[in-house]
Amino acid sequence: MLAYLIRRLLYAVPILIGVNLITFALFFVVNTPDDMARMQLGVKRVTPEAIERWKAERGYDKPLFINPAATGSAVFTDTIFFAKSARMFAADFGRAEDGRDIAREIVSRMGPSLAIALPTFILGLLVTVSFALLLTFFRASYLDFWGVVLCVAMMSISGLFYIIGGQYLVSKLWRLVPISGYGGGLEAWKFLILPVLIGVISGIGSSTRWYRTIFLEEISKDYVRTARAKGLAEAAVLFRHVLQNAMIPILTGVVVVIPLLFMGSLLTESFFGIPGLGSYTIDAINAQDFAVVRAMVFIGSVLYIVGLILTDLSYTLVDPRIRFQ
Amino acid sequence: MMTPVVLWSDVLIWLLVLAASVLGWLSRRNPLLRAAWQRVGRSRAGMASATVLLVFVCIGLLDSLHYRPRLEDSAGRGTGTSSEKTAVYSVEVLSLLDFLLTPLRTRTEKTYSEPLATRAHAKESIEIRDADGQLRQSRDYPRLKHGGAHLGSDEARRDADVAERVLRALGLAMLVWWMLAAATAALLARRQNCSHRQAWRRIWHNESDLACNAVLAAIAALLLCGLPLAILASDYHVFGTDKVGQDVLYQVLKSVRTALVIGLVTTLVMLPVAIFLGIVAGYFRGWIDDLIQYLYTTLSSIPGVLLIAAAVLMMQVLIDTHPQWFATAAERADLRLLALCCILGVTSWTGLCRLLRGETLKLRELEYIQAAQAFGVSDLRIIARHILPNLMHIVIIALVMDFSSLVLAEAVLSYVGIGVDPTMISFGTMINNARLELAREPMVWWSLAAAFVFMFTLVLAANLLADAMRDAFDPRLAGSA
Amino acid sequence: MSQETTVNEKRLLEVRDLSIAFASGRSLLAAVEGIAFEVAAGETLALLGESGCGKSATALALLRLLPAAGRILGGEVSFTGRDLLRLPEADMRGVRGGGMAMIFQEPATSLNPVLTVGRQMAEVLEHHLGLAGQTMRARSLELLTAVGIADPERRLGEYPFQLSGGMKQRVMIAVALAGNPCLLIADEPTTALDVTIQAQILELLRRLQAERAMGMLLITHDLGVVAQMATRVGVMYAGEIVEEAPRAAFFASPRHPYTQKLFAALPNLARRGGRLETIPGQVPPLSAMPGGCRFAARCAHAWDLCRQEAPQWREVGPDHRVRCHLDDEQGRVHSTGSKKVIASTTGTLATPALLAVADLCVHFPIRRGLLQRPVGYVRAVDGVSLELARGRTLALVGESGCGKTTVGKAILQLLPASGGSVRLLGQELVGQSRRELRPLRRRLQMIFQDPFASLNPRMAVGEIIGEGMRALAMPGTNPQRPDRAAAIAAVLQQVGLDPAAAGRYPHEFSGGQRQRIAIARALAVQPDLVVCDEPTSALDVSVQAQILNLLADLQADLGLAYLFITHNFAVVDHLAHAVAVMYLGRIVEQGTVDEVLRSPQHPYTRALLSAVPSPRLDEQPEFIRLPGEIPSPANPPDGCHFHPRCRQASAVCRERYPGTSTLSTTHTVRCHLYR
Repeated sequence: MLAYLIRRLLYAVPILIGVNLITFALFFVVNTPDDMARMQLGVKRVTPEAIERWKAERGYDKPLFINPAATGSAVFTDTIFFAKSARMFAADFGRAEDGRDIAREIVSRMGPSLAIALPTFILGLLVTVSFALLLTFFRASYLDFWGVVLCVAMMSISGLFYIIGGQYLVSKLWRLVPISGYGGGLEAWKFLILPVLIGVISGIGSSTRWYRTIFLEEISKDYVRTARAKGLAEAAVLFRHVLQNAMIPILTGVVVVIPLLFMGSLLTESFFGIPGLGSYTIDAINAQDFAVVRAMVFIGSVLYIVGLILTDLSYTLVDPRIRFQ
Repeated sequence: MMTPVVLWSDVLIWLLVLAASVLGWLSRRNPLLRAAWQRVGRSRAGMASATVLLVFVCIGLLDSLHYRPRLEDSAGRGTGTSSEKTAVYSVEVLSLLDFLLTPLRTRTEKTYSEPLATRAHAKESIEIRDADGQLRQSRDYPRLKHGGAHLGSDEARRDADVAERVLRALGLAMLVWWMLAAATAALLARRQNCSHRQAWRRIWHNESDLACNAVLAAIAALLLCGLPLAILASDYHVFGTDKVGQDVLYQVLKSVRTALVIGLVTTLVMLPVAIFLGIVAGYFRGWIDDLIQYLYTTLSSIPGVLLIAAAVLMMQVLIDTHPQWFATAAERADLRLLALCCILGVTSWTGLCRLLRGETLKLRELEYIQAAQAFGVSDLRIIARHILPNLMHIVIIALVMDFSSLVLAEAVLSYVGIGVDPTMISFGTMINNARLELAREPMVWWSLAAAFVFMFTLVLAANLLADAMRDAFDPRLAGSA
Repeated sequence: MSQETTVNEKRLLEVRDLSIAFASGRSLLAAVEGIAFEVAAGETLALLGESGCGKSATALALLRLLPAAGRILGGEVSFTGRDLLRLPEADMRGVRGGGMAMIFQEPATSLNPVLTVGRQMAEVLEHHLGLAGQTMRARSLELLTAVGIADPERRLGEYPFQLSGGMKQRVMIAVALAGNPCLLIADEPTTALDVTIQAQILELLRRLQAERAMGMLLITHDLGVVAQMATRVGVMYAGEIVEEAPRAAFFASPRHPYTQKLFAALPNLARRGGRLETIPGQVPPLSAMPGGCRFAARCAHAWDLCRQEAPQWREVGPDHRVRCHLDDEQGRVHSTGSKKVIASTTGTLATPALLAVADLCVHFPIRRGLLQRPVGYVRAVDGVSLELARGRTLALVGESGCGKTTVGKAILQLLPASGGSVRLLGQELVGQSRRELRPLRRRLQMIFQDPFASLNPRMAVGEIIGEGMRALAMPGTNPQRPDRAAAIAAVLQQVGLDPAAAGRYPHEFSGGQRQRIAIARALAVQPDLVVCDEPTSALDVSVQAQILNLLADLQADLGLAYLFITHNFAVVDHLAHAVAVMYLGRIVEQGTVDEVLRSPQHPYTRALLSAVPSPRLDEQPEFIRLPGEIPSPANPPDGCHFHPRCRQASAVCRERYPGTSTLSTTHTVRCHLYR
């Protein structure tokens, strides 16, 4: 089992390198730094000097891969690829357009992101799994039918409307909580409760339906019939037998997103004005801050790969077949 | 009068129509596919949503035939003789739908107005000539140029007028529907050699092979909603107008095509890649499999939104720095739309590819494939004859299941600013523009509401049809039902 | 069914007029109609029937465990005086597992994969006996010991995937017994198991039943199992019980034409080389049950009354009832297989070898560790040598996992051989390129086990059959279409199908017809050798007889050679000329049918033969109990692979693998006993 995990870890290395190469190609090969400079400076101010200055300020004035002018190892290190891409492995993301250090910014913004994403995730999982269990328990009844109809209807509504509608109802009409903003300390819950609630509700439709499908698939298996033949009550069958087996496919989809919770949610954070990584990304996109977007892409991939490894690890907890091999 | 303009997305859309017909033709020949479609036909939810979707698709197709109208007489300015007078075409690219909706498109107001309003949403200083001929300034809600113009000064008659029109439309809708229903019954009666009464009974007791009752019910709903809208729209702004005074109904109808392109073309773009790589990886295994697995694991490990953001940013730079590539703004917006489709495709093919690889791995161990190998049938032929046809149901299911999520994704992406071109009308841009006005008092809610209703209808219909098709095509589910 | 039986024993279960249907769309399809039977304490009622006759649905209905689409339409299930069909669900839960327990066909899927053996037993002990803590643990250990599981302490903490198939079924039985049931329902309890394991499980069930004086309802399709287990037998056909009799009377003189046909369709020595009796046609589908006798359409003795009126029960002997319109005299028509002896059966061995396999090895690497380097090999086939002449049949017999299917696939070059040679008509096949193999491919073909997986559902039958002709560019058949169509029609007729079948798709055919199509596909390229991989094991007995007859006819007409891979000795006895017995990748005994089956020499062959349940009461040889199960081919025992299970093993057996001992010109064995 250890060998299995180490192999999974080692497999992450070429994938990270691949991600790094893809982002590099996307940011520096599709468009040259000159193009980016022209775009950023706007039509009026474009002069060759302005472009050169723009590039020099950001370190984009070097060759892409090999610097023939340099000596020694600097042939490879004094290049855009090394400075902008390879150094991301050392958590060095450079500076944003406003001159701040991206790495520091990211660390400080993780907190607010997590403060929303983590409760949303946990609460959402509890609600949807319970709802799906309820539907499974009453399968092929009217409750199940209308539950599924509700789920399909809910998943047909864009996430934007959940946020807009929630803000309008709760904050504007009923004036229960502030419409947006973020505060530290104990007061934070006022700002958090609405985005978390909306996050949970907007996820109910698709997740419940997915879990219900998994439960129904499990419930048609032979061992469930055995459990019933033992004289167990339907609830015991569902909780003791079906739920445990269904954990395996559920974990595949769930564990992988846990590390990504650090990244926050683009929509929620920008609507509610929460200074997390999601709104950071959106601001960077709108300001066309390439350095920040590049850093976020890389961090996102790292977190996803961590999620994959965690998934493998979690299998060993719920699936004895993997634990003992 | 005009010169046709063929946008790239038009080509792809019509190509899709062609592909759908080919699939239809294949389905007629193959009994298994035919049986699957018949199961879809028996599903009431599936057929009702298919009817609704068909209306959306028709709107989208009408909006996919583009032309540039010839400008009215430009000869006056020219110095040449009439023989060398060349036609001058507008830079504005219009579609057949635009032509049909010309009144909606051209009757713009100054700014916001509420649904069915005769006056604008906000007060303005207006000059009124008094009876004595003096100009007097006053702040009031200005009269709309077009909305309810036929009422003249008798604005109080609006409610009665609206009610009368709605009643007229409902009556007409019922009449049209009765005719349709009677025709269906007559057709069924002739097909099955039974009396009209029996045919009627079969339709409503769901005893026919096709869920006719669901289709008729959906048509009834569409007529009851659509006809009043159409009749009111001729003289009112049914859904109001937006900030620049454009009719919201027109915008909503135009958004349909954008949603369809995003939902369908994206799948079309990624489908060949996903199918090819998935099958090749699963069938040949070994290092090919390792390579393809590495490729899709790497791509899928970049969170989708971020990859899309990065790619769209770069595409924006590319488009902005090369303005010479595009003759018209429409072409630029169109290419940006296609690029978005490609980018969405790149981020979404990995799931299907993984699925197909796994299924191919299972299939290649099946005995009929081994039997073919025992005959020395070539790998290519085994893939074409044995593996691909047995994967078709997965592909079809994936196609319909992806549609709705892509339509939803478009709205979010456009909101974030990495979606379609801001000049292109789409649900996302509509929501984005409307959102800024939510804070106004009194609130401007109608754009948002219209976008919500149309988008919800489209996505719900797509989801329901997807469910019906999955149940019909998935051999495991089809067997149990 | 109204008559009072004068059984003295306490009647446990009485079923009256039970009807079951399955919902299909809007309609209900009747699966079981008005069946009645009873089970007394200490007796075993065997419900015998072919697939789809409703016997499993009956068993599930007794416990009210039918799948969602199943409906009990009516009737009465009286169990120890209570009508189970009218019991509230809460009380029913006390009956399930407590009064009446059930074991299922597939032990691999019937146990919960993520719970330990101990946990799965504890559920029953807690629920029905209210045990907990140490008493529960002690009881669990007791139960595991009772079902013959060694080292129960360790097994209690293990998961199902850590157990072998036979052990899983033992655990299933232990779980079933945990609630001290007085009735055990066993639904095909040994169908998924190998013969030697089947024998162990049947023996266990018999012993437990005797010890606990349980009633047992045994659902099976196997007359051999019935002969060993039953006190009384009920025969089901198309949702009805058509005959009921005590075991002795049943085997001595079966009275219903269907039962008689079932016996006649069984391949055995008496009908060796002759034709098997078959039942024409198929079981009528649920949606189109005929009025009158349901068997009438397939019955040789049917007359007008049979088609018009459903027969009532008729007493034909003590406790022996039958539902048939035929008179006593007519009923006694005992069908005797027409003994058309095929000439080639007695042919000499002079013909040169068509296929010569020498020292064939197929090893699969086991990859482990960080770099996935092979750390060992699964020796699926480890040095197999065979010879087969034109027009002859060689049966390759063994239990699952012995490598017999791998041999077949390696001969066809569907799997790469790791060593050895396969020569067809003197030409080497191993290591040839695909192009070089192509001309040889048409000389050897394969028929697969599962007729549902071996035909591509998306291709018409004509295309399926034509595929081989096209790929091999059959000489004599132009690539022109009409020519090939004629060839396809001809080959379809040859296997007894309507040439119009070419335009239809596989799902329209039944299992037996599909197997005919698979045979037609192989025949289409006019092969010399056909590898038949368990071609009848997925089929019912009556259909199996049809296929075996067809294979025999084709051999006689075309001079085909068969390499017949099977685990079924009855089929071997009927069809084969020579037999090779495999154990863990090696052939342990080889010879003519008479030599191997009549005077088996290897201890394994003997044990295997003794474990086959005979469908006759007098013929069962003394059962040689084989301890344990087949070891993994990844890690075979040292010395003779069989020594850990062999009663006659000596020191030398543990040290080295025995060489080949020749007993006669045709009979060889690999055992140290014959040095």
